[in-house]
Amino acid sequence: MTGTENAAELVRHAPGAHEDGAALLPGGTTTSTQDFLRGVWEENPVLVQMLGLCPALAVTNTVANSLAMGLATFFVLTGSSLLVSTFKNLIPKEVRIASFILIIATFVTIADMTLAAVVPDIHKALGAFIALIVVNCMILGRQEAFASKRPIGRALLDAVGTGFGFIIAMVMMGSIRELLGNGSLLGYSVFGPSFEPWIIMILPPGGFLTLGIILLAFGWWRGRKAAEVPRVRRWPHGVASRRAA
Amino acid sequence: MSSDLFWILISAMLVNNFTLHLFLGLCPFMGVSAKIATALRMGAANIFVLTITSLVASFLNAYVLPHAPYLRLISFIVVIASLVQIVEMTIKKVSPTLFRELGIYLPLITTNCAILGLAIFQTNRGYGFLEGLAFALGAGLGLTLALVLMASIRERAELADIPALAKGMGLVLIIAGSLSLAFMGFAGLSTP
Amino acid sequence: MSAAGGGRGGADRSGRRGRKLPIAPERAGPADANGLNGLSDDGEAPPTGEAEPRQSDPEATEGSPPAAEAEAVSADGETSADEEAAAPGLSVLEVPSWRLILTLAVAGALAGLAIVLVFGWAEPKIEAHRAAALRAAIQEVLGGPERYEALFVVDGALTRALPANVDSTRLDRIYAGYAADGSHMGFAIAGEQPGYQDIVGLIFGYDAESGELLGMKVLESKETPGLGDKIEKDSAFVSSFRGTLPPVEGIKTGTGTGSEHEVDMITGATISSRTVIEIINKRMESIGPMIDAYTAEPRGAPAAVPAEAGG
Repeated sequence: MTGTENAAELVRHAPGAHEDGAALLPGGTTTSTQDFLRGVWEENPVLVQMLGLCPALAVTNTVANSLAMGLATFFVLTGSSLLVSTFKNLIPKEVRIASFILIIATFVTIADMTLAAVVPDIHKALGAFIALIVVNCMILGRQEAFASKRPIGRALLDAVGTGFGFIIAMVMMGSIRELLGNGSLLGYSVFGPSFEPWIIMILPPGGFLTLGIILLAFGWWRGRKAAEVPRVRRWPHGVASRRAA
Repeated sequence: MSSDLFWILISAMLVNNFTLHLFLGLCPFMGVSAKIATALRMGAANIFVLTITSLVASFLNAYVLPHAPYLRLISFIVVIASLVQIVEMTIKKVSPTLFRELGIYLPLITTNCAILGLAIFQTNRGYGFLEGLAFALGAGLGLTLALVLMASIRERAELADIPALAKGMGLVLIIAGSLSLAFMGFAGLSTP
Repeated sequence: MSAAGGGRGGADRSGRRGRKLPIAPERAGPADANGLNGLSDDGEAPPTGEAEPRQSDPEATEGSPPAAEAEAVSADGETSADEEAAAPGLSVLEVPSWRLILTLAVAGALAGLAIVLVFGWAEPKIEAHRAAALRAAIQEVLGGPERYEALFVVDGALTRALPANVDSTRLDRIYAGYAADGSHMGFAIAGEQPGYQDIVGLIFGYDAESGELLGMKVLESKETPGLGDKIEKDSAFVSSFRGTLPPVEGIKTGTGTGSEHEVDMITGATISSRTVIEIINKRMESIGPMIDAYTAEPRGAPAAVPAEAGG
C-alpha cells in the first residue's frame, strides 16, 4: 500500500514486485529478514521500483564511482531512517516532509564534505550528483513509507536492505559499463590491450541502454519464472479493504 | 559576452542536454512523456520553474551563501520549494486558466532533479545572473525538446507491434538511449 | 528525482486524507515522490475511486485525454496548495502552530550545528586538496619552481598587492614561479573555453624571458573518451607545447614547415586540439603584454613567500 508498490505496479514489466503494502500497514506482519531482503532484491529501488534513476544513470561509468555513490546514498538513507524513526513521535504530521528533507539534506551535506575531504578525485568525478542525493525519491520514500511508522530496529533493517539493493544495482551498472566501455574493472584491465573498448558504454547513451537491457533481461527472466509457476494475482491490502467498504 | 550566453544556452539545450546527457529531470521524462500535449505543458512548467530557480540561486549565491557556504544545499532546496509554492498559489489566484495549463504540474516538479541540479550546476560553474538565466532557459528548452521527442516516439510505439516483453520501462530506456545517442551529434556545434 | 517536490504535494494530501482515510498517507506520499507516478496519482484525484483504475491498468492515466488529466490534477493541486498555505498555522490544525514552527526550528538548528561541525573538520582538508592540486599543476607546467605567488589582474595590469575592498575570488589571476635563487622561472596562466563537448579548462606555463611556452596541462574536460580526451592523455601532444612560441598554430601532422609556432594537432580530435590552442593564444593575447610590462619593472622576488601563498 505504499508508493513503492505503486511504482512497481506502474512499471508493468515488473510483475515480481509484490505488494509490501499489507506488510507496511499497522498490524501487518513481516519478519526482520523480510524487512531486510525486500529492499535488496525483490523490490530493488533501481531495478524494480525505478527510483533513483538519476544517479544510477549518471555516475555509473566506472565501478569506483558507482560504489562511492552507492555508499554515500547508503549512508544518507541509513542515517535519515535512523533519525526519522527515533524522532517520529516528536515530529508533527503537518511538517514531517519538511523535517525529512531537512534531515536528508543535512546527511547529504555531511556526505558531500566528507567525500571532498577524504577522496577528492572521486568527489570531483561525482560532482553535483552527490548533492542531488537529496532529491533521490528512494530516500524520501523510505522515510515516508517505513521509517516514520516503525520502531528503530526495523527502520534500520529496511534502510540497510534498501541501501544494499541500491549499491548492488549501482555496482551492476558500473561493472557492465566499465567492463565494456573501458575493458577494465575498478581500473584493472580485464581484456588486455587488444580489446577495442565500446566507448559508447561510458558515454551518456550507454547508461540508458545498459539499464534498458538489464530491465528487458529481468522481464524475460521473470516471464519465464511466471510461466513455470502460475501466479495468483494478489491485490494490495488497501484495495481489497476499500472494495469491501 | 553575448556569445558566451549563447553558448551556455545551446550547450544546456543540445550539446549537454539536461535530460539526455546529464540525466536530470528523468522523472517527468519517463512518467509524463506518453502524450505530446502533456509533454508540452510539462516542458513549459519546467521552463518556468527553472527560470525562477535560476533567479533564486543567483540571489542566494550573491548575497547569502558567501557567508555560509555549507548551508548551500539546505537553503537551495528550502527556498526554491517555498518560492515555487508561493508562485503556484499566486498563479491560481490571478489566472485560473494559466494555472490549469501549467500550475498543476508545478507541485510535481518543484524540487525534482533538474531544478536542484540547475541551481547546483549554476553555482559550481560560477554563473552570474544573466548566464544563469541563459542556462535555465537552455535547460528548460532542452528538457521540453527531449520530452516532446520522447512523447512523439512513444505515441507511435503505442500503435506498433511490440513484443509484450519489451513494453514498459525497458523500451522507454532504449528509446531514451537512442535519443541520447542522436543528441551526441550536436557536440562541437558551438565551437568555431 | 522529484522526491521532494512530489513528496511535498503528496504529504499535504496525505495530511488531508489522513484524517478521513487511514490508509491514504502511505499511498499518497511516495507514489507522488516517484514523480513518474505523480501525475497519474494526481490524475485520479477522488480518493475513494482511485484504487480500482490504477491497479487494473497502471498506465491508464497516461493514455487518458490530457484534458481529463488536467481537470483531475487541478482539483488535487488546489487542495495541495491550500494545505501548504495552511501549514504554517493559519487554520484549524491538530497540532498548535507554535509546535510546528518549534519542531522545524529545533531541527534546523540541530542540522546547522551538525553541518558546521563537519565543515570545521572537512574544510581545512578540502582547502589543502585544492591547494595541492593547484601546486601540482603549476609545478608541472613551470618545471618545478621553488615557490610561486598569485598575481592579480587589476585595471589591465598585474599586481601582487590586492587593492582594498576587492573580492579576490572574482579576480582574474596568474601565478609567478620563482627558482630557489629568487629568479623568475615563468608564469602559469589558466584559461578555459567551450570545446567539443563542454568547457575545456587548462593551465600553461610561459617564460617571459625566452618568450617560449613551458608546458600545458588540461585541468578540466569532458571531451569524448578515446578521441577528444587525447588532449590530456596523449603525451606527444601535451609535451609538444614545451618550447613553442606563442601564438601557437595548429597543423596537420606532417605538414609542418619547421616554424617554432607550430604544434601537431591530434588526428580525430581536431576541434579539441584547436580549443586548447585557442585558449592559449587568447590568454597570451590579453595577458602577454601585462607580463611584459610587469617584468620590465625592476623588482625582486618576494622575500619569503612559500609556495602555498598563491593558492
